[in-house]
Amino acid sequence: MSNSQNILVKLKDAGFCINDKWLVKGVSLQVEKGKIVTLIGPNGSGKSTTAKIALGIYKKIDGEVEKYTNKIGYVPQKISIDWTLPLRVNDFMVLTENLNKEIIDEALSLTGVIHLKDKNLGDLSGGEFQRVLLARAISKKPDLLVLDEPVQGVDFTGEIALYELIKKISDELNCGILLISHDLHTVMSATDHVVCLNGHVCCSGSPLDVAKNNEYKALFGEQASQILSRYEHKHDHIHTDEGEIKKN
Amino acid sequence: MFDDFFIRALVAGIGVAFVTGPLGCFVIWRRLSYFGDTLAHSALLGVTLAFTMEFNIALSVFIISSLIALTLIQLQKRTNLPGDALLGLLAHSSLAVGLVVIGFLTFIRFDIMGLLFGDILAVTVDDLLIIWIGGALILLILKLIWKPLFASTVNYELAEAEGLNPDRAKAIFTILMAAIIAISIKMVGLLLITGMLIIPAAMARNISSSPQKMVIYSIIGGLLSVILGLFSSLEFNTSSGPSIITAALILFILSLFKIKQSIKLKN
Repeated sequence: MSNSQNILVKLKDAGFCINDKWLVKGVSLQVEKGKIVTLIGPNGSGKSTTAKIALGIYKKIDGEVEKYTNKIGYVPQKISIDWTLPLRVNDFMVLTENLNKEIIDEALSLTGVIHLKDKNLGDLSGGEFQRVLLARAISKKPDLLVLDEPVQGVDFTGEIALYELIKKISDELNCGILLISHDLHTVMSATDHVVCLNGHVCCSGSPLDVAKNNEYKALFGEQASQILSRYEHKHDHIHTDEGEIKKN
Repeated sequence: MFDDFFIRALVAGIGVAFVTGPLGCFVIWRRLSYFGDTLAHSALLGVTLAFTMEFNIALSVFIISSLIALTLIQLQKRTNLPGDALLGLLAHSSLAVGLVVIGFLTFIRFDIMGLLFGDILAVTVDDLLIIWIGGALILLILKLIWKPLFASTVNYELAEAEGLNPDRAKAIFTILMAAIIAISIKMVGLLLITGMLIIPAAMARNISSSPQKMVIYSIIGGLLSVILGLFSSLEFNTSSGPSIITAALILFILSLFKIKQSIKLKN
């Protein structure tokens, strides 16, 4: 099923320790082209740390990271931008790569913030800024997208639209996505592989597998398990309706 | 044409302003004002070294400032002292050691005021070559590292994650800072070099809406400061450094009116 040529990033028993405290330990996972891998877990379970290990931001790590691409788009969970910089949305879009105007405009339109492109970054609301961050990450047409809670602070309808967009991007660009999310409802319908973290990998597999897992139930409660399995069910239906994948 | 000391000073000052403009923007964006000060103070040690060993001043200042910058990076890694304390430690101890060494150099007549505050009479044709060639090199290298340096100034993790190698850019930038201090020390003097970096850039921040504009206005502000400052230095017989910085301050004060206007417009 997994072709080694399609692998974009692979973690082997990776961990990160700072001030004698393990933030996360023993994580193995891989992201392949066209696949969405979602990290879930409670606060402080090491989701963002795992993403940063995969990205190579943390260098002194335990275990191994193999990266097979340099075309990466990253939406960090927290971003503190210094407002001593006069930075407009347009300037921010070309931060790590020079892009032409059409590509910038297209990406900003996709995330619904094209009207803000001449605005100062400091004048945006939290949700607007989040949409700009996502637009910047996808505009580079990356092989690998790492999205750390990409829709935080986005309004309810926007949230659903952005998750649909993320799914669409994964299909169109055939890029791999490492997604971190708290929202079990929306995410699970699109996810190919779920890794449930709690300082270590507590379980992983397809959304349905994870939902059945006892450790997952212990961590998130019975109700969360029902959400997950319900969406997995819906996910199957959508696919059979469209005739793409005949799973059942 | 370069026989006239004033023309030499003007040409030197203009060369310096072209370089301090963009570097000064990064000093403000990356909050490096005190880092610049520390390097400048350590320059005195470089100057004394140049005199004792009969060495080129700009080159020895460049070497000493680079060494101080590297020492700072090591101290930051190995001690638990906060950054500003380390900067103060290095700045004042290198200044003190420099002054003590000067005390021993009784056989040389030393124009210490010129060293601290700049001396336009002292600019030679050789200095012009150093400023213009060195300055061009600094600008070229800055252009090459612009993308990673700017991206990591905005957000380090984004730059690192998307493969821009921000650590290398930061190390190169540190060397560029040492270089600009080395080439501009005769013009502005070591106590006021940071002012030449910061004040035009701060003025530019007040009137610009994008990073590119800020760099351009910062260069223009620096050029105007040099020209106004040197002419008034000639007119009132004042030291060149303080005159240039005072001119820059006046431009900064004028730029404040522009902020007031834009705030009014927003309301």
